[in-house]
Amino acid sequence: MAGFQGRGRGPQSGATLKDLRKSTSVLRLLRGMLREHKGALLTVVVCIVISAVTSLASSLFSRSLIDDYITPMLRTPATLFDGVGAGADYQPLALALLRLGVVILVGIIADYAYSLIMIRIGQGTMKRLRTDTFTRMQQLPLSYFDSHSHGDLMSVYTNDIDSLRQVIGSSLPRLLQALITLVATFVSMVVLSIPLTLVSLLFTVLIFLVTTRLGRRSKTYFTERQRNLGRVNGFIEEMVTGQKVVKVYCHEQKALDEFAVLNEDLRRSVFNANKIGNIIMPINSNIGNFGYVFIAIIGAVIALGGSQAWWLGGLNGSWLTLGTIVSFLTLHKHFTRPVSQISNEINQIVMAAAGADRVYAMLDETPEVDEGRVTLTDVRREGDRLVESAERTGRWAWKDGDRLVPLEGLVQLQDVDFGYVPGKQVLYDISLTAWPGQKIAFVGGTGAGKTTITNLINRFYEISDGTITYDGFNIRDISKASLRRSLGIVLQETHLFSGTVLDNIRFGRPDATDEQCREAARRVCADAFIRRLPNGYDTQLSADGGNLSQGERQLLAIARAAVADTPVLILDEATSSIDTRTEKMIQQGMDSLMKGRTNFIIAHRLSTVLGADYIMVLDHGRIIERGKHAELLAQKGKYYELFTGNQLT
Amino acid sequence: MFKTLLKEVRQYKMPALLTPLWTTLEVIMGVLIPYVTAQIIDRGIQAGDLGNVYRYGAVMVGIALLSLLFGILAGEFAAYSSTGLAANLRTAQYKAIQRFSFSDIDKFSTAGLVTRMTTDVSNIQSAFQMLLRTSFRAPLNMVSALVMCFFIHARLSIIFLIAMVVLTVFLTFLIVRAARLFQEIFKQYDVVNGIVQENVSAIRAVKAYVRENQQIGLFDKAALALLRLNVKAESLMALNHPVMNLVVNGCVIALSWWGAHFIVDGSLTTGQLTSLLSYVMTILTSLMMLSMIFVQLTQSAASGSRIAEVINEVPDMQNPDNPVRTVPDGGIVFNHVYFSYKAGGDYALEDINLDIRPGETIGIIGGTGSGKSSLANLVCRLYDVSEGCVKVGGIDVRDYDMDVLRNQVATVLQRAVLFSGTVLDNLRWGREDATEEECREACRLACADEFIREMPEGYHTRIEQGGTNVSGGQRQRLCIARALLKRPKVLILDDSTSAVDTATDAKIRDTFARRIPGVTKLIISQRILSIREADRILVMDDGRVSGFDTHDNLLKANRIYQEINEMQSGGGEGDFDGNQD
Repeated sequence: MAGFQGRGRGPQSGATLKDLRKSTSVLRLLRGMLREHKGALLTVVVCIVISAVTSLASSLFSRSLIDDYITPMLRTPATLFDGVGAGADYQPLALALLRLGVVILVGIIADYAYSLIMIRIGQGTMKRLRTDTFTRMQQLPLSYFDSHSHGDLMSVYTNDIDSLRQVIGSSLPRLLQALITLVATFVSMVVLSIPLTLVSLLFTVLIFLVTTRLGRRSKTYFTERQRNLGRVNGFIEEMVTGQKVVKVYCHEQKALDEFAVLNEDLRRSVFNANKIGNIIMPINSNIGNFGYVFIAIIGAVIALGGSQAWWLGGLNGSWLTLGTIVSFLTLHKHFTRPVSQISNEINQIVMAAAGADRVYAMLDETPEVDEGRVTLTDVRREGDRLVESAERTGRWAWKDGDRLVPLEGLVQLQDVDFGYVPGKQVLYDISLTAWPGQKIAFVGGTGAGKTTITNLINRFYEISDGTITYDGFNIRDISKASLRRSLGIVLQETHLFSGTVLDNIRFGRPDATDEQCREAARRVCADAFIRRLPNGYDTQLSADGGNLSQGERQLLAIARAAVADTPVLILDEATSSIDTRTEKMIQQGMDSLMKGRTNFIIAHRLSTVLGADYIMVLDHGRIIERGKHAELLAQKGKYYELFTGNQLT
Repeated sequence: MFKTLLKEVRQYKMPALLTPLWTTLEVIMGVLIPYVTAQIIDRGIQAGDLGNVYRYGAVMVGIALLSLLFGILAGEFAAYSSTGLAANLRTAQYKAIQRFSFSDIDKFSTAGLVTRMTTDVSNIQSAFQMLLRTSFRAPLNMVSALVMCFFIHARLSIIFLIAMVVLTVFLTFLIVRAARLFQEIFKQYDVVNGIVQENVSAIRAVKAYVRENQQIGLFDKAALALLRLNVKAESLMALNHPVMNLVVNGCVIALSWWGAHFIVDGSLTTGQLTSLLSYVMTILTSLMMLSMIFVQLTQSAASGSRIAEVINEVPDMQNPDNPVRTVPDGGIVFNHVYFSYKAGGDYALEDINLDIRPGETIGIIGGTGSGKSSLANLVCRLYDVSEGCVKVGGIDVRDYDMDVLRNQVATVLQRAVLFSGTVLDNLRWGREDATEEECREACRLACADEFIREMPEGYHTRIEQGGTNVSGGQRQRLCIARALLKRPKVLILDDSTSAVDTATDAKIRDTFARRIPGVTKLIISQRILSIREADRILVMDDGRVSGFDTHDNLLKANRIYQEINEMQSGGGEGDFDGNQD
């Protein structure tokens, strides 16, 4: 609600031009706008000049009104017998007012025009920035999301981009307008009277000095305020989140005491910061008032003194008249106002610059590398030959140049090393082969590296050493989109998207029909609970899936993978906190899903490991044991410990 | 609502009342200035009387000085009282939250409470400051400037009245239209942010299913809708400036035209015309400001009522008049207990009857939503029963002093929450004056001592907010140790070892049995393994007791228990994912 809330944040932000110089993002933003809207921006500048000049012209009119029109009327009695001014000729005045009216109208039209253009440019730029940022975000590797909190990412959209709208939409045009007014006023003042201009300048410099001085002081308070605000927010967030613990431990009074201290610090610093913000206006306007008095007095002394020395007059050679003083007083007001306005707008820009920096930092991130040339394509068998098909045939092949290789689902890892951050290796020498149709189960404690391995197969992360091949192709040579389309995945934590149940299942394959989605749900035992929902398959789900239990959400994720119908599956079984009945359904669903595919399972359930062709026991990033359940038990090693729960720590 | 908020002005009442006074004085000075200017021009310059120029100049300097003084006072007092009110509102809300019962906490979400204490309070702070400064200044400015105008020339001043009517009609139209548009814009913002939120948290799903382009398309559509709405609203608001200019300059032209006539007539002087012209801006900007105040006040009204809701919330649980201050023993009795989270809502617990002897170890098992946690939460009166009664040590829990009860019935909540501070700080929540040795002892009981000693600074290691620098299993064990420090008569573990590996879990249970045999223990778990050796096991199903017996008997007789056992078949089945810290 930029238009309504007023913009009186003023200099208490305490930012300075120096901060702005460090940031290039505002410049980049401007350059981008300039490139895209050159013509429109030129129009805007012309309009702003017209608007500034006309507003100055109208305020100068008071001089011509009194000097050139009203005073002459007083001096020209029509006949000796008429009273003063009785036969005054109003025609020149009428004409002058008409001229003024036209000038003002032109100014208003220019003003309105540039606002409308700026709104479109500003909002257009905002939209482009938003979409660009979102697009770039989608292309970033997962490691970016690991190293940035969700809150930080969100705030780029909710705070940073919006703060730029202020700059584009209002701060920049206002700054330009204020500068033009300042220059135009100054020129007019010099033309009218040199000595009075000097007086006015003196007071303007004074205003400027006071503003910067107070600004510098408020900067300290502002920083302090931000720090205290952060502390209070952090405290509230932490304690309210843990409020139930506070109650269970009868910790209420202690929490209150701690809060009181932080709250008082915050109050004091907000008071100090706001105080400066509040008193800066009366100080500036009254310095302006003092200037007003001095100009009146000095002007009167000069005018009444009758001296006609050239330096007492204006650049146009005229000397001070009553009307000149009056107009000069108006000009003086016009001169001081932009000074505080300019410092105000610069503050706004500096504040937004920090946001702009964050937006551009995100835009500058390097997207995921994807140099794969091998793509996935639908094929048909004609005789003993594979032929590419435009429709979905349920049969896929890898396409490498002209070569078509049927998609089988053979995945091999060879001496794979990996670390999320350089220098901190988490996987060592992982080698394994999953033949088409096999089930490979990973077991091991948290942090052993089970999930990490699966994240490497679909190239969420890039391995540091070794090779991973898929049907004989190095996965680096397969285009990422094709690679991932050939892998179905059920994550432990299911994320749903706002939309209907059907939409969420269809997430697995966008071109699936409603019936195909239903069929997939039936196949994995999700149909029963879905039909119990208020609107069945058309029930609206919220993003956090609040109306579904964790188990039900996982059933949807399984249905999603089922509709994608891929030759290779990655399954992350849920650990606990799922009630027995749902768990049974999930198990059935997963079993039916796994049939006829190559499966990688992060296993927590006995039935899963019993049915696995190979169990890989991971410990501290290495495969330490591998084999079937019975063989591993017989080894009495780590697997045995895990299985029997008799591990000694 | 206003009453609730205004009550929190408290010690800042004087400055809050004085602010309008200073503002009034400042405004009066400000209005006098153009009048004095007119005197300088008319009596001084025009009359050729330098003495008058000095005299009125001095008067004006004096007035400006006073205006400066009052302006500074008004600014300072306004800042002082509004920030004071904000501080009081935060305290009042925080106090209210401390009085909240569990069901009150459930009612207001955590995120909701944080917003009320931060964003909403700062909205009220700026609204109050504006109320103190501007809402007096604007009408005062307007009225006194109008009075001056009528004083100078009544007939000419009618122009002002006409202009004000025109502007008022326009502003009303604008505000009504804009308010509706902004409502839509806020909704669209939610849509856009919702998409971002979804994609940020579900980025793995998006990437796994190669849905990036689809999501970008979705986002682009939402952003475009936002663009359209914003352009519409801002274009509407952009009318403000030109219309204002039109009215102001219309006034200037009208004043000049008729003013010239009156000057020629001799009923107006040139100086007076100059002052009238300078009042044009004053009056019309004040009117505009008034409309903005109106808008901001209506906007902050929502914040105000959200704050008032928290402050006025009557906690639904209070200490009895003559509370019992000692808990005789750890026996627990449930007598025909019915419980529902919402009055009149579905029962989460129905007709529960239990008699648990002091020192018994009770396992509680059942599906999600079967009522395990609800049952446990009634014992230390985190919620009140709807019907029937719960007794601890033979006394109804509602007759105890709540602090005493909760210290003697130590509950380890399902969500293991730690606070920022050292390990010791966190442990001492259990007992403030516990020595370091006592803390270590509790940690040994909870099998936490070992990993704590391996931490960089041992018991003095700082825990980050939310306990992010310890693993889930470690967090749970710290929470158990914290509860043990209370030296309770009853210990309730609500699925508190779910992230602890099976071996350590067994070790903890074993230690409990040997070291604190006298404490009544209620252990809620999803794993049969964790409760198998309990004296008795309570099987919950859909809010009712399905069975309450030993492991062996239940295996023979209880269908649900058999089913669960089958699922988790095999002696050691459980989590391979147990925490290996």
